[in-house]
Amino acid sequence: MSLWEYANPVKFFALSGRILPWVSGFSAACLLIGLYWGFFHTPDDYRMGSTVKIIYIHVPSALMAINAWFMMLVASLIWLIRRHHVSALAAKAAAPVGVVMTLIALITGAIWGQPMWGTWWAWDPRLTSFLILFLFYLGYMVMWRAVDNPDTAADLTSVLCIVGSIFAVLSRYAVNFWNQGLHQGASLSLDKEKNVADVFYQPLLFSIGGFILLFFALVLLGTRAEIRMRRAAALRMRHGLE
Amino acid sequence: MMALLMRDLKLAFRAGGGFGFAILFFFIVTLLLAFGIGPDVVLLGKIAPGALWVCALLACLLSLDRLFALDYEDGTLDLLTVAPIPLEAVVFAKSCAHWITTGLPLALVAPLLGIFLDLPAEGYLWVFLSLLAGTPALSMIGAFGAALTLGLRRGGLLLSVLVLPLYVPTLIFGAEVARRGTVGMDVQTPFLLLVALSFGALALLPFAAAAVLRINLR
Repeated sequence: MSLWEYANPVKFFALSGRILPWVSGFSAACLLIGLYWGFFHTPDDYRMGSTVKIIYIHVPSALMAINAWFMMLVASLIWLIRRHHVSALAAKAAAPVGVVMTLIALITGAIWGQPMWGTWWAWDPRLTSFLILFLFYLGYMVMWRAVDNPDTAADLTSVLCIVGSIFAVLSRYAVNFWNQGLHQGASLSLDKEKNVADVFYQPLLFSIGGFILLFFALVLLGTRAEIRMRRAAALRMRHGLE
Repeated sequence: MMALLMRDLKLAFRAGGGFGFAILFFFIVTLLLAFGIGPDVVLLGKIAPGALWVCALLACLLSLDRLFALDYEDGTLDLLTVAPIPLEAVVFAKSCAHWITTGLPLALVAPLLGIFLDLPAEGYLWVFLSLLAGTPALSMIGAFGAALTLGLRRGGLLLSVLVLPLYVPTLIFGAEVARRGTVGMDVQTPFLLLVALSFGALALLPFAAAAVLRINLR
């Protein structure tokens, strides 16, 4: 009994079908608890007022935006090394989720930044590196679409994901460097961890848990859809040949 | 490897090889930029190092889709995969040829275009040096992108979408060297990082590009 057994699409399908309702249910429960608690039962921040409450969406989505890329990297490596199709399809399914998480983080950040910093957008290192991450996601997804042969597409996007990861990390540090070179970002680099008191922290944990489970649920759902599409394509080809 | 490099250089320099297009493009985009911003020489002088870098980067991008495409179409690339030298070396040689025909001339004419943008005199040397040190990375990353999009419909468009985000670190360090050099600040840190980026790209990316070529030629 090893984890690799679930690389078999049939077994993966059976298992994911069984756990998907649970993951979705727990995700919805966590999100409901976290967001309700956060929005209606936490005090306003003494400095930021009620705008602080966007933290329950902003922080978890930002967290998942990075972790989704990391998951794609791991899945791509598994595909290149062990040639499990489920892995490649999971990476493919994670990309749209990741790009939406990045977009949510950017948009909620802008909404939060407008009243707090007085601007929708600042060329702060964090903001800029998220924008670059967003571009990497788009490039990855376009690559999947552009190649017709599914195995070639999986190979090419996997290599792109690995090289992209290296350059994403490089960009992260380059952007840090660039910003410090231009201006001191002290007034902008709001260190969120320090400001979070327990009253905000506990609902935030629920909300983060909810986002993680939501990501898992969506990736499982997406991977199942991709497997079904593969099967449908295989069936079509078989009937076309007959 | 040398033979391949010489062959690519010859093909590029001969009529119809496309040599000079990148420089022409660089020239035109720089002029368009000046038209777009207006004849404010103080402002132009201030943005000149970064503007020259962005324009050079775009000019470099323009010639990338020819890097493997012509050899792919006439089957030369298939023969090169069974050549006695490894495919990584083929990629490396072709990237070097691309750099000699694109990156090096761009670095040479950049100070000249700096005159149009009213680049301060201290900036000429640093714009040249930063482009000299940074363009190998641009060629090598571009070769990876070109290998990735080989044989695709609308490959050229996809190439720019994929390659431009990968150019971000090189652009940041390169433009930083040029900017700091122009205003007389210490350039050592970004310059070393830029050189490191170029050497890192030259050392590692041929493997990624060759792997991608093998997938595409399967």
